[in-house]
Amino acid sequence: MAENELSSSAHNRFLAEKKLMGSKCQRCGAISLPLRPICPKCNASEMELVEMKGRGKLVAYTVISVGPPMMIEEGFDREHPYCSGIVELEEGVRIPGRIMGVNVTKPDQIKIGTPVTVEYQERVHGEEKRTFLAFSAV
Amino acid sequence: MVHKKRKLGRDVAVVGAGISKFGVHPREVRTTDLFVDAFTELKASVDKGIQTEDIDAFYLGNLSSDIFEKQIHIAPATANSVGLIPKPAVRFEDACAASGVAFREAIIAIASGIYDIVLVGGTEKMTNLPTPEVTETLAINSDPIIEFPAGFTFPGLYATIATAHMAKYGTTVEDFMRVGIKNHNNGGLNPKAHFNSSIKDIMKRRAASAVEKGLPEPRWADEMEFLHDPGQNAVVAWPMRLFDCSTICDGASCVLLVAQDIAKDFTDAPIYVIGTGQASDYPLSERDDITSIKATKEAARQAYEMAGVGSTDINIAEVHDCFTIAEILAMEDLGFFKPGEAVKAIREHATDLDGALPINTDGGLKAKGHPIGASGVGMIVEVFKQLRREAGPRQVKGKDLNIGLTHNVGAHGTTVVVHVFERR
Repeated sequence: MAENELSSSAHNRFLAEKKLMGSKCQRCGAISLPLRPICPKCNASEMELVEMKGRGKLVAYTVISVGPPMMIEEGFDREHPYCSGIVELEEGVRIPGRIMGVNVTKPDQIKIGTPVTVEYQERVHGEEKRTFLAFSAV
Repeated sequence: MVHKKRKLGRDVAVVGAGISKFGVHPREVRTTDLFVDAFTELKASVDKGIQTEDIDAFYLGNLSSDIFEKQIHIAPATANSVGLIPKPAVRFEDACAASGVAFREAIIAIASGIYDIVLVGGTEKMTNLPTPEVTETLAINSDPIIEFPAGFTFPGLYATIATAHMAKYGTTVEDFMRVGIKNHNNGGLNPKAHFNSSIKDIMKRRAASAVEKGLPEPRWADEMEFLHDPGQNAVVAWPMRLFDCSTICDGASCVLLVAQDIAKDFTDAPIYVIGTGQASDYPLSERDDITSIKATKEAARQAYEMAGVGSTDINIAEVHDCFTIAEILAMEDLGFFKPGEAVKAIREHATDLDGALPINTDGGLKAKGHPIGASGVGMIVEVFKQLRREAGPRQVKGKDLNIGLTHNVGAHGTTVVVHVFERR
């Protein structure tokens, strides 16, 4: 199961290939993000990979001034806050991501409903290179 | 889904309760030490006394003694600190609902007949770690594949819920601030609270301290103006500011839970547990609605059904205000107010100490403090004291004070446990 292309660890491998993949239940048609080997809606295990187009809109967000060490390492702090949010994709499913291209100095003016497109951020943390899921305001 | 109506195999009651001072304790103090304080108060609270050797088992809620104290296997060590060896000792981890879940499991154990008397505790020692590492220790209670990599912290996750709630219902940052002001007013009456002071007290202290340093005396017209001052109340994760967040602190709490048929051996005023419910949920993005916590609704449904009461029967509630928005969500999801209408109740002071439904009379997680593992049982300690009219200066007045509720959330609602209590 750990090697299954639908396992949760596969999510990060696909991101490294600049792909946002979901799993689609062949029984009820529900799409899951991130990948799930078992459908959370109907419990079927006949799931297939589907690639998301990467377009959607912002449904909720925050601008974070006090981040965890991972974000501090990337240069974020009180003077340099960052936006994280939840995006609803055109396919109808939601996914959290880092939100780029919004004015973090005026968080109250960021608009829910802002159209966004996917962006893949490559960052090095220690020895490890990772790809993070982000969305950029259109 | 067909709901099966549940009832306990035999009924249970709380007959004693104790809590340590919540706050920043010295570095060398361990949770096992703090637990001794809570247990000492509990023993004194049992009207007809309890012999430690009569306790059958010890259930402990603790989030992460591993990271915070570099100690795993904390339950037997905590049992040892209060003389409970060789009784069974078990640790429960369900994020911030750790001890609420431990309490529920103790109910189930007594109801099964395997034990008659269980000591349920909660502990956490958070302040030895620097804030970024505490932030990370809490953030890893979120989803490691999708939420944590997006940069979410716990204030950030609740702040995200807050923006959705603001967009849907017109909730304002001032509404969040009102929750904090109310909880600090209550905390000011609770000597065990981390912040044993109202916002007004804090304003006075900060003004005095500025004068002492030879700086011009800052003036704020009222609490709202103070809370809008970024120098006094910095944004943590917009729209959640410092005074919207529960505190990082140390503490311990415990209650003594016994089978109903022996409850009167310990006190003439037991507090009966009449309902229990628990539910889980997905990460935020996989939920249909992020302006409410579905697991709260489900846990409350179970607890109300078992208790045979509805939300309008509740006289007092301790809800999980890890952030001010969380208290608003709880007020709606527990059925006290309609979706979007909790803020109206807050503006009208309906949940103040002298309101129609007092909420978080001990100061809540905001002012009393949120030593994670100790919080769930800490709420039960408060309901026990209030229903027995033993809450001192913060005692809720009036005749109708018979049914209380506790609502303990793990993480961002991935676990919720609700209990209903009755004084007869």
